[in-house]
Amino acid sequence: MGTASSTLTQYDIEDVQEHCNNLFSQQEIVSLYKRFCQLDRSAKGFISADEFLSVPEFAMNPLSQRLLKMVDGLNFKDFVIFLSAFNPKASTPQKIELIFKVYDSDYNGKVSFQDIMEVLRDLSGSFMSDKQIEEVLIKVLEEAGYSKDSSLLLGDFVKILDHPGLKMEVEVPVD
Amino acid sequence: MSKLTTSSSELDLDHPNIEDYLPSDSIQQPHAKLRLRDLLDISPTLTEAAGAIVDDSFTRCFKSNPPEPWNWNIYLFPLWCLGVVVRYGILFPVRVLVLTLGWIIFLSCYIPVHMLLKGHDKLRKRLERVLVELICSFFVASWTGVVKYHGPRPCARPKQVFVANHTSMIDFIVLEQMTAFAVIMQKHPGWVGLLQSTILESVGCIWFNRSEAKDREIVARKLREHVEGTDNNPLLIFPEGTCVNNHYTVMFKKGAFELGATVCPIAIKYNKIFVDAFWNSRKQEFSIQTSFTTHLLQLMTSWAVVCDVWYLEPQNMKPGETAIEFAERFDMVRSIISVRAGLKMVPWDGYLKYSRPSPKHRESKQQSFAESVLRRLEEK
Repeated sequence: MGTASSTLTQYDIEDVQEHCNNLFSQQEIVSLYKRFCQLDRSAKGFISADEFLSVPEFAMNPLSQRLLKMVDGLNFKDFVIFLSAFNPKASTPQKIELIFKVYDSDYNGKVSFQDIMEVLRDLSGSFMSDKQIEEVLIKVLEEAGYSKDSSLLLGDFVKILDHPGLKMEVEVPVD
Repeated sequence: MSKLTTSSSELDLDHPNIEDYLPSDSIQQPHAKLRLRDLLDISPTLTEAAGAIVDDSFTRCFKSNPPEPWNWNIYLFPLWCLGVVVRYGILFPVRVLVLTLGWIIFLSCYIPVHMLLKGHDKLRKRLERVLVELICSFFVASWTGVVKYHGPRPCARPKQVFVANHTSMIDFIVLEQMTAFAVIMQKHPGWVGLLQSTILESVGCIWFNRSEAKDREIVARKLREHVEGTDNNPLLIFPEGTCVNNHYTVMFKKGAFELGATVCPIAIKYNKIFVDAFWNSRKQEFSIQTSFTTHLLQLMTSWAVVCDVWYLEPQNMKPGETAIEFAERFDMVRSIISVRAGLKMVPWDGYLKYSRPSPKHRESKQQSFAESVLRRLEEK
């Protein structure tokens, strides 16, 4: 399934399902495909950054640029794999892994103090100074037993974030 | 396809806070002590972003919803083929003839009237008005338009402005065949532009250019002058500023409500049973010209265009209401129209089709995040 054709065969659907560990039902994959084609206006087989940003709700999101790096140019299969982390049936470690990837922008498997600061800057915009962010971050890191120089690994993230309140769920509308 | 510009100050979203409409979330519990987990947990923000990727109300406004195909089995298919033959082979040529005839009659009356009655403005205007209504009727006939008008017909009185929801360029024609309005519209190139600068100019139409920031003030002035003139045709404005797919309405622009005139709402609803009249200008086309021509041809090869037009109750300034308060009622008028035509309201500015959202919205999210963090920092 290279370029986006207007129809999805049963074989394609099953292939995608396999790659996302059967988290999505076949109906949901068909819905996602319709959405994918809707966003991919020039039928290139992937959605460009510009096309993502044409969704105002996405463009308004403080983390849109970071997410754009992860979704720009994905074909349909990878698009579904990305969204599978937001499935209600996805495991908490899978969700935490996505969160980790958003922080780890250089993909070196480690989240440094600077990485966290950058995300916090995106989230707070001009309403918190760098000094304030640093202060807050050092304080909560120390209270949790980490120092400014420690790099957090995925395991650390799982330890910190894994709690029953972690909800990251998006429903796929099926008509 | 025009390149999306970065958000600029001209995209001044003068409307109630979008935050009121969007699903709200409590990013963090308001008054608990701040821990590392709370700071690192970006899941609500990510969820919102992914939610927007999967489905968003803005894109839904501009989605074409063609009528369901019914030719899917062995006995309906030949029937459908017969229909195609009738539509393209019989109806279409007849319609082209009707339209050509209409143009011949129109031009042979309009040109003499326009040239010879230069001195007698009042009579000339009256005749031109009648002739424009006539050619619009011919256009409507060329799509076998079945239009049901409900409510009292608009009359040409000073200090009134008509507002309607917008689905396609044909909205204007459908309304114009009943009453010669002066409409404000985007100037287009090509044959449409030619029609605009000649015939529509005589009915008093006003042009604007969406991409020019300064244009807004000039246009606002022209509108005010038109409304105050005693001899002008009633003014028609489409406050959405863009074509929407007749299932939703986007935010109205306040301009029409700040002219110190009575606002008369008009609701238009197309019955999709025969054809989807939504002019989807977002689809890849070579130019607006070919796009509109294609749209017209599509209408002329369909069975019929069926729609309802409701002239709704005029809105006046209530005693004791200031002009500003009256202008704030623009969203209420939108709901009057939406309810009448069965459309859903969404909180988006139609111009987001052409540019990115202003940083204001992102800033309000950032502000509430920052405030929450700083407040919880104080908690012991």
